[in-house]
Amino acid sequence: MDQSIPKNDFIGHEEHAPAAKRSFLFARPDHKTGIVSWLTTVDHKRIGFLYGITSLFFFLVGGAEALLIRTQLAFPNSTFLTAQTYNEMFTMHATTMIFLAVMPLSAAFFNYIMPLQIGARDVAFPRLNGFAYWVFLAGAIILNVGFIAKSGLPDVGWFGYAPMTAKAFSSEFVGDMSTDLWVMGLQVLGVSSIIGSLNFLVTIINMRAPGLTMMRLPVFTWMTLFTAFLIILSFPAITIALVEVMMDRNFGTHFFEVSGGGLPILWQHLFWVFGHPEVYILILPAMGVISEILPCFARKPLFGYPIVVFSGAVIGFLGFGVWSHHMFTTGMGTVATAAFALATMAIAVPTGVKIFNWIGTLWKGHLMMRTPMMFALGFVWMFMFGGFSGIMHSAAPADAQQQDSYFVVAHFHYVLIGGSIFALLAGIHYWFPLMFGRKVSEFWGKLSFWVIFAGFNITFFPMHFLGLNGMPRRTFTYDGNMGWNSGNLIATIGAFILGIGIAVYFVVMVYTYFKGQKVGRDPWDARTLEWSIPNPPPAHNFDVTPKVHARDAFWYEKNNKAEVEAEKAKQAADDEAHGGIHMPSNSWFPIITAAGFLIGALFFAGHNTFDHTMSDLLGKDIHGWGVMGAIIGGVIMFFGAWMWSVEGPGGYHLHPTKADGDDAASSH
Amino acid sequence: MSSHAAAGHIDHHHDATTTTGIPHKKLFMWAFLASDCMFFGSLIATHLIYRLHPPAGTPDPRDLFSIELTSGSTFILLMSSLLMALAVNSIQKGNVATTRKMLIGTIIFGLIFLGGQVYEFNHFVHVGGLTLNSSVFGSTFYTLTGTHGTHVAIGVLWLVLMYIRTFKPADESNGQGWILKGVFHFIAFTALTVLSMYTILALIHVLQEGHGWGYYFSHHYLSFGGSIILLGVLFAFARQSGPVDFGEAQAIDVESMGLYWHFVDIVWIVIFPVVYLLEYIVLA
Ligand code: HEM
Ligand SMILES: [Cu+2]
Repeated sequence: MDQSIPKNDFIGHEEHAPAAKRSFLFARPDHKTGIVSWLTTVDHKRIGFLYGITSLFFFLVGGAEALLIRTQLAFPNSTFLTAQTYNEMFTMHATTMIFLAVMPLSAAFFNYIMPLQIGARDVAFPRLNGFAYWVFLAGAIILNVGFIAKSGLPDVGWFGYAPMTAKAFSSEFVGDMSTDLWVMGLQVLGVSSIIGSLNFLVTIINMRAPGLTMMRLPVFTWMTLFTAFLIILSFPAITIALVEVMMDRNFGTHFFEVSGGGLPILWQHLFWVFGHPEVYILILPAMGVISEILPCFARKPLFGYPIVVFSGAVIGFLGFGVWSHHMFTTGMGTVATAAFALATMAIAVPTGVKIFNWIGTLWKGHLMMRTPMMFALGFVWMFMFGGFSGIMHSAAPADAQQQDSYFVVAHFHYVLIGGSIFALLAGIHYWFPLMFGRKVSEFWGKLSFWVIFAGFNITFFPMHFLGLNGMPRRTFTYDGNMGWNSGNLIATIGAFILGIGIAVYFVVMVYTYFKGQKVGRDPWDARTLEWSIPNPPPAHNFDVTPKVHARDAFWYEKNNKAEVEAEKAKQAADDEAHGGIHMPSNSWFPIITAAGFLIGALFFAGHNTFDHTMSDLLGKDIHGWGVMGAIIGGVIMFFGAWMWSVEGPGGYHLHPTKADGDDAASSH
Repeated sequence: MSSHAAAGHIDHHHDATTTTGIPHKKLFMWAFLASDCMFFGSLIATHLIYRLHPPAGTPDPRDLFSIELTSGSTFILLMSSLLMALAVNSIQKGNVATTRKMLIGTIIFGLIFLGGQVYEFNHFVHVGGLTLNSSVFGSTFYTLTGTHGTHVAIGVLWLVLMYIRTFKPADESNGQGWILKGVFHFIAFTALTVLSMYTILALIHVLQEGHGWGYYFSHHYLSFGGSIILLGVLFAFARQSGPVDFGEAQAIDVESMGLYWHFVDIVWIVIFPVVYLLEYIVLA
């Protein structure tokens, strides 16, 4: 290697492209720092970070909406919110939490951690990965424009039941587009999720390090794969349902219009064919995170690894066959009801199996009670609780009582907060040292855990009783003599405690990012490959592609140092002989294409409102401007995609030196 | 022709850089098509549900359908798959010239299918009075077949872009000029498509009305002449000097596009009996 080439920000030396005879349009940007490097990034870690920051922001937004809801319900006959605002808040709260907080936060981990766990340098389609993020952001913006647009926010619930989404139910405002925006926003988010999932699926199947067979994959990576499958196969159903609503609203079709012969029940089927797998899309990544944390802090391998993996597959598979348990009370007929009740009960089996495996992992382990472990144990306990109430309403007769009551609200919050959110918060704690090289203070971490844990249970435990006492969901207020007063007040107080806990959690994280205690490589003495590299990880992840000999690959490495060192030296020589490490270059076209997508979708959903607003502003009747905007967006998108396809593979080479390797290794 | 011709033999069935040996793009396309199956599955289910519970006022599709026309365009679509397969085959041998011809053929057959669909929709609307909002049958029929048509249209667009892509010069310093040329190439392609379809439809119309060729040329010389000129422009664009950046190494791109195209055909093989033929069997 020519020593005269200066060192850049990366570890190792970069080979400069031969004095480029490339034209401007074919030259891919090569910024390493600064805003352009973020806008054009194709690095899975940076994209993961962007997903993480965005989803945490929306987690706070969704939380604020939840507190508004709880404040309204604190006392009977409250007038804190109007019925309309209340409906908008519970719609936005659920939509935000599911699509803009939990799913993208999972995606943040898929992006950041999964490639590291399989020993890859990036995902299979780095530019597409960037595109998926920017499209996600576009969807998030579209869902939330109602905060500033004249038409206001959607008020149809996250399930958007027909015929509430029909034109006839829209507010009296002429060009009402709140529902159109909701429909379009979900549509755009679906595109992002599917693209992201296709990318993860190919990455996991095709980019594993040598020796990393499927049955050696870390469980988190397995769950990423199952989640990707679920997204790929379930999102099309809601895409179609949303297309049909969109056509009903904009082109006068009759898919769900009773007056035209449409069947609203069809919406429910299409929605829940997606909706039930969706709840597993929310929980499987969480199960993956937990399956990494428990063995690490119990100092034992995961108990029954193959069973954990297969039960994940069974859950995913059965998840497609139980959607109608959300529709027991619609009168599907006894045979269908019995079949769906049975299938639903069956799904509790693999779920229970997983819980037994986690307990088996803890059994006789040397438990290290660090903050990630606390959150993980909280998860196991709370999720189990949510599972129990799930089984309770899988019995159709019981469900007839519980349906649409606060009992259901309690159930899904136990699985969604006690499950998904707890696991994701645990994951942030667990991987924080890897991402930023700093560790969260145990005291503050545990404090935030206990406040969150207490607040969560105080909020949702009483809801079981409220539900059994008949309090319906989705009502904006209630009468004082129903016997629901104290339960509601307690729940509201709990919600604020939970809010304080989350606030503490965030403050601690921000503080740690800037000032936290610095830690060396592998601070938890962990088991999987992502911990084998320096923190924060270099752009190329691995100086030398790891070779995998066993499950818990890094654990094996730590216990067989000599063998692995020899192998690494050989592999490094091989790499060097083949021109070093190849890395993809940045690209402008993912963000340009996504911007076209945003403009097109926004104008399409809001073309009426746009025309009305412009007519008001200009004082004369304007038509077709909104549609024009949509077309312009389409053209930008087309241009971006076309340029993307011809801009060429790009890329550059890196040559990590012996010195770099040593100095990274010596940081341990 | 291809700058990659010298690269030696490429094994198209095994990619040594991936764990499984399957190229990324192929795996991606398979997974995407699985997703698309669910997509069409939902649409077909919607259509079938409304055919099982036809609301009052639903027209009898047999009064509308022209099974001969649809069978004909179905046949054309299937033949386009054959051409697509030949395109893949020739690029795998590094034969760019034949690949281009096969791509053009696929494009033309795809366009004929789309033309048939446009004609059909037009006919149903104006003669049968069936529109998107006249009945649930109209809603589901147009949405389902229209979605398939959109897939074909996207495929055609993709084919056109792929065709233009085959002219990308190997010398990258020439990129700017080529991009601009590509844009013009694309515009000429689109214009020719629209104009020639119009020209052909006009010819059919004139002959149906019983007028002769003289009448046709005196009334439609503009569109006819325009088509000829555009065809010439297209030939001009297709004259390429120097080596191109397209060959065996890009075979996987053509192959993934081929997978998409075959899939769209297969979906039509499902839609055709379910939407059209079933009416004659079940309700006969
Ligand atoms: C042991 C496994 C589970 C069983 C047996 C189960 C069963 C059920 C049943 C029968 C319902 C319908 C209740 C009704 O609407 O009357 C339901 C609702 C729900 N479940 Fe579960 N569940 C399980 C796990 C989960 C998980 C893991 C999640 C999410 C992470 C989840 C999220 C939800 C949600 C969000 C709803 C309410 C949907 C709505 O109406 O908006 N469940 N569950
Ligand atoms: Cu469910």
